[in-house]
Amino acid sequence: MRDGFGEALIELGKTNPDVVVLTADLADSTRVKEFAETFPDRFFQVGVAEQALVTVAAGMAKAGKIPFTTSYAVFSPGRTLEQIKVTAALSNLPVKIVGAHAGFGASMYGATHQSLEDIAMMRVIPNMVVEVPGDFNETKKATHAIAENGKPSYLRLARQDSEVFTDEKSKYEIGKADILMKGKDPQVAIIGCGPILAGALAAAKELKDIGIETMVINNHTIKPIDDIAITNAARICGAIVTVEEHQVMGGLGSTVAEVVVQGHNVPMEFIGVRDSFGESAKTYQELWKKYKLTSGDIVEAVKKVIFRKNS
Amino acid sequence: MKKTIEELQQISLQVRRDIIEMIYKAGSGHPGGSLSAVEILVSLYFEFMEKDDHFFLSNGHVCPALYSVMAEKGLIDKKLLSTYTELGSSLQGHPEIYKLEGIENTSGPLGLGLAQAAGFAAIKKDSYVYCMTSDGEHDEGNHWEAVMFAAKYKLKNLIQIIDRNRIQIEGTVEEIMPLGNLIGRYRSFNWKVFEIDGHNIKEIIETVDEAKKEKENPSVIVANTVFGKDISFMEGNPDWHARAPNKEEFEKAMEELK
Repeated sequence: MRDGFGEALIELGKTNPDVVVLTADLADSTRVKEFAETFPDRFFQVGVAEQALVTVAAGMAKAGKIPFTTSYAVFSPGRTLEQIKVTAALSNLPVKIVGAHAGFGASMYGATHQSLEDIAMMRVIPNMVVEVPGDFNETKKATHAIAENGKPSYLRLARQDSEVFTDEKSKYEIGKADILMKGKDPQVAIIGCGPILAGALAAAKELKDIGIETMVINNHTIKPIDDIAITNAARICGAIVTVEEHQVMGGLGSTVAEVVVQGHNVPMEFIGVRDSFGESAKTYQELWKKYKLTSGDIVEAVKKVIFRKNS
Repeated sequence: MKKTIEELQQISLQVRRDIIEMIYKAGSGHPGGSLSAVEILVSLYFEFMEKDDHFFLSNGHVCPALYSVMAEKGLIDKKLLSTYTELGSSLQGHPEIYKLEGIENTSGPLGLGLAQAAGFAAIKKDSYVYCMTSDGEHDEGNHWEAVMFAAKYKLKNLIQIIDRNRIQIEGTVEEIMPLGNLIGRYRSFNWKVFEIDGHNIKEIIETVDEAKKEKENPSVIVANTVFGKDISFMEGNPDWHARAPNKEEFEKAMEELK
């Protein structure tokens, strides 16, 4: 999905002269190297200096540019929370924070390089838009969308080459959740964000095979949250399972729960990391298995929430 | 028409009076650093700030000085000064760009200003970009990241002025965190370095003029100042970093500013 980001930046480079790109010594792995080579005057290498990455970008935004800052999510926003709050968000400048390798993607590097708290950090900041695309197509569209929204924005990118589950042509709107599939009279809404949605779709298929109808909602925008889509899902299904590659605390699950409890009394189950750090593993799949993020875990959560709904 | 040095000195006196009044009325604020920065800000705003010039304040807690200078210059209504830190006022305890028109950055958390000024200067190459920093905030890593960025991208239109008052929150800069050879550190990154008396308006103006002629690298003017300048019981005393005077202290201070 990082390639989708890189491709979108090249397109933006050609069409929008205000787009500039900054990186903190991670041009290659955040996929901005081609932009750097194609538009050298609009590319800034700040060194391993994430604080400058954000604050220099804020100055550029004040000067009229649309700066995309790239690093790993563990470093930015991980290290740069105050810089983001004060120089981008409080100033309401269109600084774009692109956090790569979010989730368990940097599996081999261990807990220090696995960002499981970035959504929580970004969603509590006023003015901030938080986008969590799930595949190549969506990443491309999200990149274009935040380039044009005039707001401080966070784009969360996974490292893995995730399965493509969205359409190249379909519309992507910030703050508008998409229904990926809807069974007949669904009993449970599975609401998720990011590459893990491919697992949610697999779970939905498996559940359908045993006679359990669900609907799967792609909630790619954490903020502003699509409360209408979530409220509708709660009303239609009467039970919700949220799925995310992030801490349950403060992440998508918390966000959805905050919306739901204001209007509906429905049971919820949460798929996500439960107040734990990650660790090294050869592949992210091993970590998804250990931390219970697989489609099998989603199936179990759906069964559990149906049991609670009916009891 | 530009003001004479004597007129700028008169304005500086009035700014000091404003600062003490604002902080006394608000019951909070940062008098020490505000008073040390007066001549730097008066010189910049009255001698240099034209349409294509931009000023970033990094050590935002000295904003009583900034607000007062802006009022004296006629950029904001002087009546606003008495609203400093009040609910709904555009004059926040630390300055915010979306509350107060005419400033370039939101500031207060230290070490962030030079980087924003550098980012701005890297885009607006035909403008002069000024940034005032404190020596205390030179402890911050973010600041040095910006020093290197400005050097690498040869931001010759960036002029930093350090209010070198040698005091920070809990003591002297030398006690809290020695800065080593500050001038040498800047020189090692190819910054053009000047060192001046930060209360001598003539010297400030001449040095900024000199810095503007720099053809290759960013400039830094180390302006040696006195913390709490011109209030005898505040001068050089870290207790006055963030403290409002009581009635007796207020009256004594105003008596000294005549």
